[in-house]
Amino acid sequence: SVAVKSLGSSEGLKSEKYMQTTFTWTHVNYEIKGDVAVIRISDPNSKVNTLSLQMQKEMTEVMDEVMGNSAIKSVVLISSKPGCFIAGADINMIQACKSTEEVTRLSQEGQKIFEKIEKSPKPIVAAINGSCLGGGLEFAIACQYRVATKSKKTALGTPEVMLGLLPGAGGTQRLPKMIGLPNAFDMMLTGRNIRADKAKKMGLVHQLVDTLGPGLKSPEERTIEYLEEVAIDCARGIVNKKLALTKEMNMMQKIQDHVMSYSFVQNRIYSTVEKKVLKQTKGLYPAPMKIIECVKAGMEQGPDAGYLAESQNFGKLAMTPESKALVGLYHGQVACKKNRFGVPEKEVKTLAILGAGLIGAGIAQVTVEKSINTILKDITEEALNQGQHQVYKGLNDKTKKKSITSFERDSILSNLTGQLDYSGFEKADMVIEAVFEDLAIKHKVLKEVEAVIPPNCVFASNTAALAIKDIAAASKRPEKVVGMHYFSPVDKMQLLEIITTDKTSKDTTASAVALGLKQGKVVIVVGDGPGFYTTRCLAPMLAEAVRVLQEGVDPKKLDSLTTGFGFPVGAATLADELGIDVAAHMAENLGKAFGSRFGGGNLELLKTMVAKGFKGRKSGKGFYIYQSEPKPKDINPELKEIVESYKMMPNPAVSSDSDVQYRLISRFVNEAVLCLQEGILTNPVEGDIGAVFGLGFPPFLGGPFRFVDNFGADKLVEKMKTFEEVFGNQFTPCQLLLDHAKDPSRKFHN
Amino acid sequence: MEVDRLLGSGKLGKPFWGGNTCAEFKVQLLWLPFSSSKSKKTLSKTGVKNIVLVDGVRTPFLQSGTTYADLMPHDLARTALQGLLNRTGIPKDAVDYIIYGTVIQEVKTSNVAREAALGAGFSDRIPAHTVTMACISSNQAMTTAVGMIAAGQCDAVVAGGVEFMSDVPIRHSRKMRKTMLSLNKAKTLGARLALLGSIRPAHLAPELPAVAEFSTEETMGHSADRLAAAFGVSRREQDEYALRSHSLAKRAQDEGLLSDVVGFKVPGKDIVSKDNGIRPSSMEQMAKLKPAFVKPHGTVTAANSSYLTDGASAVLIMSEEKALALGYKPKAYLRDFVYVSQDPKDQLLLGPSYATPKVLERSGLKLADIDVFEFHEAFAGQILSNLKAMDSDWFAKTYMGRTSKVGSPPLDKFNLWGGSLSLGHPFGATGCRLVTTVAHRLKKEGGQYGLVAACAAGGQGHAMVIEAYPQ
Repeated sequence: SVAVKSLGSSEGLKSEKYMQTTFTWTHVNYEIKGDVAVIRISDPNSKVNTLSLQMQKEMTEVMDEVMGNSAIKSVVLISSKPGCFIAGADINMIQACKSTEEVTRLSQEGQKIFEKIEKSPKPIVAAINGSCLGGGLEFAIACQYRVATKSKKTALGTPEVMLGLLPGAGGTQRLPKMIGLPNAFDMMLTGRNIRADKAKKMGLVHQLVDTLGPGLKSPEERTIEYLEEVAIDCARGIVNKKLALTKEMNMMQKIQDHVMSYSFVQNRIYSTVEKKVLKQTKGLYPAPMKIIECVKAGMEQGPDAGYLAESQNFGKLAMTPESKALVGLYHGQVACKKNRFGVPEKEVKTLAILGAGLIGAGIAQVTVEKSINTILKDITEEALNQGQHQVYKGLNDKTKKKSITSFERDSILSNLTGQLDYSGFEKADMVIEAVFEDLAIKHKVLKEVEAVIPPNCVFASNTAALAIKDIAAASKRPEKVVGMHYFSPVDKMQLLEIITTDKTSKDTTASAVALGLKQGKVVIVVGDGPGFYTTRCLAPMLAEAVRVLQEGVDPKKLDSLTTGFGFPVGAATLADELGIDVAAHMAENLGKAFGSRFGGGNLELLKTMVAKGFKGRKSGKGFYIYQSEPKPKDINPELKEIVESYKMMPNPAVSSDSDVQYRLISRFVNEAVLCLQEGILTNPVEGDIGAVFGLGFPPFLGGPFRFVDNFGADKLVEKMKTFEEVFGNQFTPCQLLLDHAKDPSRKFHN
Repeated sequence: MEVDRLLGSGKLGKPFWGGNTCAEFKVQLLWLPFSSSKSKKTLSKTGVKNIVLVDGVRTPFLQSGTTYADLMPHDLARTALQGLLNRTGIPKDAVDYIIYGTVIQEVKTSNVAREAALGAGFSDRIPAHTVTMACISSNQAMTTAVGMIAAGQCDAVVAGGVEFMSDVPIRHSRKMRKTMLSLNKAKTLGARLALLGSIRPAHLAPELPAVAEFSTEETMGHSADRLAAAFGVSRREQDEYALRSHSLAKRAQDEGLLSDVVGFKVPGKDIVSKDNGIRPSSMEQMAKLKPAFVKPHGTVTAANSSYLTDGASAVLIMSEEKALALGYKPKAYLRDFVYVSQDPKDQLLLGPSYATPKVLERSGLKLADIDVFEFHEAFAGQILSNLKAMDSDWFAKTYMGRTSKVGSPPLDKFNLWGGSLSLGHPFGATGCRLVTTVAHRLKKEGGQYGLVAACAAGGQGHAMVIEAYPQ
C-alpha cells in the first residue's frame, strides 16, 4: 500500500519541538512524536482488532518504515479502539485453511513477525488497554516492555486452548521464560483471562496506568491518551537507560527461579501437569497435551525445536474435529449473544420475581448485578430470608475473591427488595415466576399477578417442563406470556432457554431475550412443547441411565462412562443434583406426553427412591450419600436393595462400555434432531449451544448436531438400529436423522 | 495553561516573585470602585434577614507532630474560642449556640464543640453541637449557624472547626476489640483466661485511619493524581502553582496580613504565633521529589499537596440587627451558599467546579462580579483541574448539564494570601479560614463580592458568596 503523508497537528504539542508526520494505512498508522514512533492499530471494519492478514501486512510495512527511519529511536504500539488492544488472531483466517501445512505456514509467518519485534534494535513498548488475547498477547510479549491500564476491560490471556488450539505465534516459547513454567501452564491450559493487577504481579506487564475520569475529553479517550503518554516516557526511558528491562525480583522470586532452572524440577512439573490434564480431559482434548509438548521441546531442545514444534502442532490441532467443534461453539455463542427479535419497546427497569428458592434467588442475583430494580417475593418469611441470604452470599463471595469491593456489593444489593406482598408490582416491567412446578399453583399466581401489574408488563414462567401454553391458558393477555427456563445455579450456568407460544408477541420475546442478555446469559429461543428443547433431550438419556442401573451397572461406573464420553458431570450425579423427585416428575410428565419412546428405565425405581427420602443432594441421599464433606462421596448403600427389586438382565450384545455410552448419547442426539424436525428448534446452532451450555453435552463434540455431522449420521443410525432391535422404539431414528444418513452431503453445519 | 496567567502577573513568562527569593513581590491589584460595574448593587433581599460575620480568628496552623503534638483537639478549639472572645469582647453569655466542624474525631470528645466551649469559659447554658462533612466541616458549621439565625432560632452563633492530626484514634483490630468486649462480660476467671488465651498475633495488628474514600478505597492523593492526568495538568504546572501558594503566603505573613491568627501559649512550650508550614522552595528543589501516590509516573508530590495540619478556627455570626445592637461593625455579609456532590471516584475533588456556577446563579452574579476568590487548595493538581473544568464548555455541557462554561477565576484575584497548600489544612478548620480571609481581603483590597469554594471527601463541594460590609 502507498503511504499517505500528511502533517499532524495535535494540539498541545505545538510548543514542543516535535516534528510530526502522520502516515495512514487502513488498519495501522503511525505518528512520530519527537524520537518515538507511535504505531496505532484499529480495524476499520470491526469493533475489535484481530491479527488479520491485512493487519499483519500493514504492520510489517509500518515496522519496516519505522525501523528504517534513523530519527526514530523507540516505538510505542497502541490500539485506538476503546476496550481492545488486540483480541487475537482472526479465526476465519485459520478456518479458511484447507490443510495442516497451510496452518503451519500461518503460524510460522506469525512467529517470524514477532521474532523481528523481539529482536528489534529499537525498543518497542506495548501500551495495552482492553483485551489483549491470543495473538494479541503473543504480540505484546514479543515487545521489550508492556504498560497496561487498570481498566476492568483490560484482560491478558491465551484462550486458544478453548478453541482446541495452542498459542501458535511464539506464545508457548516466550510465556514460560517470562512468567515461569507454573504460571505459563496455568494461563495456556486454562485459557483464563488475567486482570491487570495480577498481570503485573506475574511479571506479564511492567507498569500499570490508572484509568481516568472525566477531564477535557471523555474518560475513555483521555485514558488511552494518558496510556500513550506514559508509554512514550517509558520508551524514551529505555533508550536513555533510565528504565531497566530486567524485572526487579525479590528474594522469594529469585529462589523460585533458581529452583525452576533444574531440569529434574522441570520434569516434575511436566509430569504433574500432564497427569492433571489427563485427569480433567480424559484424553478427549488434544490441545493441552500439545501445549505441554511444545513448551517441553523449547525448554529441552532449544528455541529452534520449540518454535518448530509449536507451528507444526498448531497446524495439526487446527485440523482436528475437536478444534472445529470448539470454534463452532464459539461462533454459536457469539450468535446467541445477539437479540434476533430486535430492540423491545420498553426496557426492563423493574423486575419482580415470584419464589425466592434456589432459582428465584439466582435470577435475582444476576439481575441486581446489572443495576435493575428487583423485587423478590415469596409467601413465607423463612423462604424469603433464605433467598435474600443466597443473593447476599453470592455477592459476598465475589467480594472475598476481590472481584467487587464490599461497597459495590452493598450498592448492588440496594437494588433488591424482599417482600411477602404484591406492593410495587404496579411498576414492574416484567414478572418472572419461579414457584413450584404445579400447573394449579402457576395459574393461581398468574391470576394474582395479572390483577396488580400494568398492562405492558411481561409475565414469564420459569419452568423446566410445563407447557407454556397451558400456563398461558389462565392469562387475560397470552401475548404477554413467555417461558424463561433458567438453569441452576443461575449465577454459574450460562444458558437461558426462552420458550414462546403461538400467541407470544414478538415484542414480549424481544423483551425476554434482552433481559437474558443483560443478565449475561447465552440465550436460545425455542418453541413450546413438553420439555421444550433441553429437558426433552435430557429425559430420554436419564431414562436410559436408569435402565443401565437396573442392568446392574453401579452409579460410579455409570458416572465414569458418561464423563468418559466427555460430559462434565456423570449421569447419576446429575440426577442427584437435579433432584430425584424432579427427575421422576419430569420423566412422568414427558412419558405421558411422548409415550413409550421416553421409556426404558423403570420410573418406579425413581419413585421408590423418592418415597424413601432419597431425593438427591438436597436431601443428603440419592444415588450417593452426601455428608458435610462433599468429596469423596459414597454410593448410597440402601440403593442396592431398590435396584435389586427392579433388576433387568443385560443383553451382552448391547452392553459393552461403548454400547452403554452410545445408548445414552444416541437417545439424546436423536431427540435433539427430532426437536429441529418438529420446529421446536429454529436452527442447529441454538440446539448445539443449548445442549452444551445447559446440559453439559461434551464441548469437544460441539453439540448434538455437530456430533452428527462429524460422527456421520449413517454410522449413528446403524448403531441405533442395533439397539432398536433389542429395546424397540426408544432407538428408532427420527426422519431428519434418516435423511442425513441417506445423503452424506447433508450437514447441519456447513 | 499559560504561565503568565498562572502567576497572575502581567509580565510574560517571568515568575513575579523573581526566582527563588520572595523579596521582589509586586502584585498589581485592581482597585475597583464599589458598585461600578456589578450585576447587582447588593445581595440584600427584602424580607430576608441580613446575616453578618462579626469577626473570625484561628490558631496558628502547624504541621502535625510539631508544637501542638501533646495537646488534644478541644485544646485547639478552646484556644480559637478564647481568641474570638478576646478579639470581639463579646460577653460569655451573649452567644445563643456553638457549632464546630471536625473530621477525625477524638472519641473522648466526640462532641468537641461542647468540650471546647466549656473549657473556653462560655456559659454552660449555651448548647453546642459538632458537625462533620470532611474538608467542608466548618463551612457546614457556619451555614448551620446561618440557617438557625435565618429561621429566627438564634441571633448570635459561634461556628468553628478543628482538626488535630498529631494524634489520631488508632484502634485495635476488630478481632481484638471483640475479645476485649467479651472480656467485660466474662464472669469467671476461667472464662477470662480462656478469652485471653484466644488472642493470637493477628489480633494485635492495629487499624490506622486512612485518608481514603470508604466507598472506593482510593486515597485522596491517588484520586488527585488521576484528576490532574485527566485534565492534562503537568507536574511543572503543579509545582509552579504550589510555589505560588507558598510565596504568596510568605508575603502575606511577612506583611502581617494574616490578622486572623491569634497567638497560642502552648502549655510547657513557647508561644506560637505563626503558621509553620509556609516554605517557599525552588522549582529545582521541588522537581527532585518523587511522586507520592501514583508510581512511578504520577505528578502529585509531597511538595504540591497540602500537608497534615493541626489547627482550629472560629467565627462569630449574627443577625445584622443584633450585631448593630451590640455595637459591632460587622466585617461582611454571608450571602448565598450551595452544597454539591458528584461521583466520589472520578470527580472526587471537582466540587468547586460544580458549586461555583451554582452559587453565582443563585445570587444573580457573574464570575466577573467577584473581586475576591478563596478556594481550598487540597492539591495543586486539584486546583488547576478545577480551573480547567470551569473554563471548559465541553465539561460544562457534558457533565454539569449547563449550556456553557462559567469561566476560570482570574488568578490576580485568586488565593492572594496563600492557601491550604502553604498555610496548612486542618480538615475541619479550613472553611472558617477561607471565609474570614475573604472578609479581610475584601476590606484590604476594596472589593465588594467574594467567593469561597471547596472540595471535600465523598465527592462533595461547597461555595458561598460573601459581600463586604459597607465601610
